[in-house]
Amino acid sequence: MDTERRQIRSFFAQYLRSEDFDDADDVFTSGRMNSLFAIQLVLFVEKQFSLTVDSQDLDVRNFSSVDAVYNFVLRKGAVSTRQASV
Amino acid sequence: MIANDVAQSAPKIKCVVWDLDNTIWNGILAENDAVHLRPDALQLIKEFDRRGILQSIASKNEHDPAMEKLRSFGLDEFFLYPQISWERKSTGIRRLSKSLDVPVDAFGFIDDDPFERDEVLNTFPGIQTFDATDLGVLFAADALVSKVTTEDGRRRRLMYQRDIKRKQAEEEAGADNSDFLSSLGLVLTISRASEEDLDRAEELTIRTHQLNTTGRAYSREELSGFINSHTHELLITGLEDKYGPYGRVGLLLLECHPHLWTIQLFLTSCRVISRGIGGVLLHWLAARAKARGVRLQGTFVPNDRNRIMWITYHFANFREIGSSSGVVILANDLSRVQPVPSYIALQLEAPCPIGRTER
Repeated sequence: MDTERRQIRSFFAQYLRSEDFDDADDVFTSGRMNSLFAIQLVLFVEKQFSLTVDSQDLDVRNFSSVDAVYNFVLRKGAVSTRQASV
Repeated sequence: MIANDVAQSAPKIKCVVWDLDNTIWNGILAENDAVHLRPDALQLIKEFDRRGILQSIASKNEHDPAMEKLRSFGLDEFFLYPQISWERKSTGIRRLSKSLDVPVDAFGFIDDDPFERDEVLNTFPGIQTFDATDLGVLFAADALVSKVTTEDGRRRRLMYQRDIKRKQAEEEAGADNSDFLSSLGLVLTISRASEEDLDRAEELTIRTHQLNTTGRAYSREELSGFINSHTHELLITGLEDKYGPYGRVGLLLLECHPHLWTIQLFLTSCRVISRGIGGVLLHWLAARAKARGVRLQGTFVPNDRNRIMWITYHFANFREIGSSSGVVILANDLSRVQPVPSYIALQLEAPCPIGRTER
């Protein structure tokens, strides 16, 4: 399970170009977020964890932080399909 | 499905790539520094620039002396991403196509050497090549005569150059992305579209595919109708930062009834995709609707390219409530309206009645 969290965190870090953030930090309300990151994050989650993000799942609360994405992925019961090589 | 990609009789050239030796100047720089600028080339370069055609260089030369020579002629600023090296010219053109985000088929290539023209043509059969021996005929060449360009179209080269500077700054920044965004000093303006905006507005509906909620193209006449309609608001947005204006980059068509506003079209230019404008505008509109006590809905026509807008709608708290004949209706319950992020300064340009309660 730590693998998933690490993968998600590294995806956020890559976009934010910083490691200086907490897993609980909301990147949307802090204004660090944009449409490009939104679609990239959704596509990343779908591909990395082999799941489909439905319209009902497209809630900012599922994607706003590393914790949020991690919990969302757990809820969807997905497991990582690839190593942390993104 | 996307009716915008209208086939044109003569494929228009968006970017002209020039050779240097015996094309822009007479003589071969590597052999003799005293080369002479061709007056017809100079004229043509300036003319293409006026027409909004992008220009670059593909030349086999030492990079620095060649650029220095262009500078001495006062021409360096006209060329984006000059490809000056000893590699194959097709390699440089491929790189240019990627950097400018212009397909190779929309390129023209001018060179005096038939060998070079053939090399490029063999690699890219869709490209149009021209013999530099007779530059005069190019003034009236069909593929290089642009249709009427709007103000933003004519300033295309300058916009690209600012974008290049921004990209470099972004790459060099390396630091936290939000620090970079804050450092740009972004100013977003929202105003009611006027008659002078209509050409650009039409162009935006035709050219914008990914960040477009319906993918529907509107004619100038239709858009003019909305400006004069009592039940519609056509808002146009501009963006600027410390490097200069991005131009008018967004369009929002709102159908306004006393208790309900419906977004009939919402688009933003892909050039500003990484600036977060889409979400900001939707939240701004939601705040206005809330202040007015009006319900807010949006429409969406899914196609194979605009999923990004579907996500933008949802992340701005819009939820699907129904659909009819291919048009999805979404509603925002206005329960989670976010303020404009601190890295963007919002300017409402009068007259903008939607925003009036704010001021």
